[in-house]
This record gives sequence, C-alpha cells and structure tokens, in this order.
Amino acid sequence: MKDAWVTVLKRDLLLALRRRSDVATTLFFFLIVSSLFPLGIGPEPAVLSSIAPGVLWVAALLAGMLSLSRLFAADFADGSLEQMLLAPQPLVLLVAAKVLAHWIVCGLPVVVLAPIIGLQYALPNDALLALVEALLLGTPALSLIGAIGAALTLGVRGSGLLTALLVLPLYIPVLIFGAGAVAAVQHGMSAQAHLSLLAAFSLLSLVLAPLATAAALRISVD
Amino acid sequence: MLSAQSLTCIRGDRLLFRDVSFTLEAGGVLYVLGENGSGKSSLLRILCGLMTPETGTISWSGEQVKSNTEGYRSKLLYVGHLNGLKDDLTAAENLQTSARLSSYKSDAENVSVALGAIGIGRCANLPVRVLSQGQKRRVALARLWLTESPLWILDEPFAALDSASIGVLQGRINQHVAKGGMAIITTHQDVAINAQSTQHLRLDA
Amino acid sequence: MIPWFAWMAAVFAMIGLYVGFAIAPTDFQQGEAYRIIFVHVPAAWMSMIIYIVMAAWAALGLVLNARLSAMMAQALAPTGAIFTLLALVTGSFWGKPMWGTWWVWDARLTSELILLFLYLGFIALQSSIDDPRKADRAGALLALVGAVNVPIIYFSVKWWNTLHQGSTISMGAAPKMVTTMLIGMLLMALAFWMYTIAVALMRVRCIMLERERSSAWVKELSGVAS
Repeated sequence: MKDAWVTVLKRDLLLALRRRSDVATTLFFFLIVSSLFPLGIGPEPAVLSSIAPGVLWVAALLAGMLSLSRLFAADFADGSLEQMLLAPQPLVLLVAAKVLAHWIVCGLPVVVLAPIIGLQYALPNDALLALVEALLLGTPALSLIGAIGAALTLGVRGSGLLTALLVLPLYIPVLIFGAGAVAAVQHGMSAQAHLSLLAAFSLLSLVLAPLATAAALRISVD
Repeated sequence: MLSAQSLTCIRGDRLLFRDVSFTLEAGGVLYVLGENGSGKSSLLRILCGLMTPETGTISWSGEQVKSNTEGYRSKLLYVGHLNGLKDDLTAAENLQTSARLSSYKSDAENVSVALGAIGIGRCANLPVRVLSQGQKRRVALARLWLTESPLWILDEPFAALDSASIGVLQGRINQHVAKGGMAIITTHQDVAINAQSTQHLRLDA
Repeated sequence: MIPWFAWMAAVFAMIGLYVGFAIAPTDFQQGEAYRIIFVHVPAAWMSMIIYIVMAAWAALGLVLNARLSAMMAQALAPTGAIFTLLALVTGSFWGKPMWGTWWVWDARLTSELILLFLYLGFIALQSSIDDPRKADRAGALLALVGAVNVPIIYFSVKWWNTLHQGSTISMGAAPKMVTTMLIGMLLMALAFWMYTIAVALMRVRCIMLERERSSAWVKELSGVAS
C-alpha cells in the first residue's frame, strides 16, 4: 500500500519535471498579479506595506487556483485516472499522494518566491518571516480543498471558472487567517493565534478533503 | 466466478439496456455484442465498478462486490477505450507504474519481457507521445503479460492492431483462459479464442 | 397541496407586514427605517435554514441513492439564493440611513455574501453537468462540503471583523426586541417558510416532469399519443 502511494507521488513529480513550463506559469502568474497592484494603487511604501498581506495572499490564492486544472484533468483525459480508481488501493491514499505532489510543484515555489515579492512591498523582516510561515501552513489547505473543486468539475464545460466559483468561498478562512498573521506582526502583535488557526484548518483539510475528493472523483468518472 | 443480476443502465435520458444477467465461470469467455451505442462499453464499465447501474447487482465468488470493492478490484484488469498512458513517460515507465499500482511484478526485466512479447520491445525507452496509435494500444495491452488478475475486462482490444499483434493477443488470452482465467470482451472482429465455455451476450435496445 | 401553501404564505405575509409596519412601536434610536428588519432578519434566517435543509436532502440523496431527495435539494437552491439576495439588499437598505453607505463589511452581511456564493456555486455546478444523476451527486457533495465549511467561514469572518474594526458597525445592533417586533418577525418567517415550500414543490414538479419526460405517465399527462 505504501508502495502505491510512493509510486503515484514519484510519477506526478516526474511528470512535472518533464513539463516544467506548467510549474513556471504558476509562478509567473503569482509574480505578475503581485506586480499589478502597485501599478494600480501607487508606489508609496506605506500604502503598499499596509495592503501587502491581503494582496500577496490573494495572488497566492489565484495562482493556486489556476494550477488546479493540472491536478486531475490530464489523467482524466488519457484514462490513467480510471486506472487509478480501479487499482486495489484505497483511493484516499492515492489522492493524498497527488495532492502532495501538486503542493510541492505549485505551492512550495510560491512560499519561496513570496518573501522576495514581499520586499517589493516594503515589508519588514519579521513580517516577511510571518508571511513565509503563514504560506507554509496555509498552502497545503489550498491544494487539499482545491482538489475537491477540481475533482467535481472534471469533464465539465468551462471548468476553470466553475472551479474558481466553487473553491474561492472555501478558501476564505485561509485568506483571513493567513493575511491576518502578517498584519498582526506588522502591528507589533504576535501571529501565534493566526498561525495556530491556519495549522488547525490545514490539518482538518488533510483529514477530510481527500475523502471528499475521492468521492467526487468516483462521481465524475461515472 | 462472476455473476451479474438484472443490470439496467440509463445514461442521461436513454435506457441502454435492461435486466442483463449472466454468470461467468473460470476458464470462460463472454463476448458482448451489439450495435454501436447499444451500451457495450457501459456494461463493461459497470462490471468494473466505474459506473453505477440503475438497478442490479454484481457478485464475485458469491459475495456482493459492493461489500468488498477493494478485494474485487484486485481480481480484475480493465483495458478500456482510453489507453491510460501518460504521454511524457516512456513505455517502460508507464508499464512499471501501472504494475506497481496493482501490485504485479514490476521489475525492469519483467517489464521489458512484456513489451517484447507484444512486439514493441524497441519502444521501451521512447516517450509514449512519439508512438503510433497501434503502438500505444500495444503498450496499454502489455499489462496482460504482467498481471495475475483472473478476470480480464477488455473493451475492443483488437481494434487498432495489425494482424500479427492480433494473433499474439489471441494467444495470450488463450493462455489465460486455459489456466482458469476469465475474459469479457467486446469486439467487432472475428476472433478465435478457445475457451472451456464461450457465451455471447447481445445488447439490443 | 401547493395552492394551500401559497395561500398560507400570502396570509402570513399580510399579517406579518401589518404587525411590522403598523403595530410595532417606533424604535427609539433608529426611527421608522428600522422596520426593514422585518424582512431582513427573516430572510437571513431562511437563507441559512434553507441551506441546511438543502444539504440534508442532498446527503439523503447521496446516501440512499434516492432521486426525490436530490431533486428537492435542486428545487430549494434558487429559493435559498433569492432569500440570501433579499437579506443582502434589505441589509443594504437598512444600512444606508444608519451608516450613510450602501454596504458595510460587518460579520453577518459578509457571511451572507459568502453564503450567496455557495448557493451560486451549487446552482452553477448542477446546471453545467449534463447527466442529471451525476449532477445530483456532484451537487450533493458540494452542498455537504459547503455545510461543513459554513461554521468555519462564519467563525473566520467574525474573527476578521473584530480584528479590523472593534467599532460598533454591526447589523447586530438591532433595536431592543419588543414582543410585538418579535411576533412580527416570526410571522414573516412563517410566511417565507410557506412560500418556500410552495415554490419548492412547484419546482420539484417541473424537475420531475423534465426528467421523466420519456416515460409513459408523462406522455399520458400531456396527451401525446403513445
């Protein structure tokens, strides 16, 4: 059983390695969106640093959401998804492996790039640290919950926008706690409460989301 | 032993078939026949558990499949219309991944033997993207040489194959059935498979 | 049955509105404008109750593989969305004379907005999947996931609100509840409830007709020669 989990993880990572453009586009999108706001709002550091937590988190959410289409759609189209459904393994485990691969490929790079962009927004170092911690704790939840949306909209017309509509409301707690963590540090308070809530939410998603995703996959492949 | 009772399938608005029942014993082959669109592929997908029938049950060795899906899945192998191959992986990598997922023998040697048996040994290290339709189909079918599953559910396995490959595949299915395996096949072609028992199931609206 | 519910809805609505607008006393702080609370609060209650009922029907449909439950969920969704929209619009009208702006980001209104998104998502998902059985099950799963998330979302929005304002901008600062006001609101809630049942039953009828259109009893009804 563990062998199957590792197989799926390695397979997805290998596929991402061979199609590096997919990964790069997510990252570039994050970069572009974060660069749009100063252009729209004005370059004063004080303003930028006050909007930074919200803007950076929204950019991370949107980038994460765009990358969801690569989670199941390709496997659905070429038939490897149904083979996974037929494998004599708990589907929940295979789903968790795919989501982990997705997070490593699409979530982790955002966590790494974020502090650099945070510098563009004149965030002080302790806020940058809070940003990285918050993203590290929150992006897994984005991948996990996003997987539910991706699974529900397989093979449906206009699935990209539909996934966004389904998934964004569910992302709101992550946004609130994540941006709140950075803002708290900016105002001289501790981000502990926010980070703990983020961690709790991610853990809850880890336990529940793969179950919902597996159920959604079975419904979609029917 | 596989047994299906009163399977009915409705897709969207259309009733595809109703009250289909059959029993398949070890060493038996079941041919599913019918016009295009009569629901052959749907029946096979229902038998795999990918699709839920409107009514009816499926039992394996007397036990209802619904109560032990993982056990049932370990006994079956399905090759459908889609090949289930990743374009960016090589033929060998694809075969290895699917073998590991189903816990068959998956070491490099067995994999290359399987690919060689179906005549595409030299494609082993090519990405599937560059193979022809026929070659891709053969990579998908190569699993039949690695598997230990007793029940094979094959949807048009002979389509897109040249006559040599058809012969090879027939031989493999013969071997499987002779050792007590079972096969459910849809095909438009005349194939010669010697089985202990052969049934024909016709699906007509 | 449907006409009965429709009449009940009309009767309750008339009584409720009468109590709300004529009998209940003028509020000390907020003047006559507060009366919109008689529509706003029951509408908000309904929007939340309908979501829960919808999710319950959906769960039943999923677990028991029952078509009727799933159709009930599908029938309730638009009504739930309408009540959410009503709550938002009346909330906005209430806010204008109070706070001078058309929209206030308080915890309750913001949560209602998110609830609207959840309804819209459910309706959008169901309408974009062609096969009705698949649409039912996908929608049911989404409704359940939403139902689990609603408390979390509400909690996080309240958290966000207290963090950022700490001020008294809140729709929750309702006038002190005089008994007549409470009765008025309950009557309106009942009216909305009857309306919901009437409309949902009508809609389920349409859904059933549409789905079973190829079966014999429908053809008989419409007089098509078989």
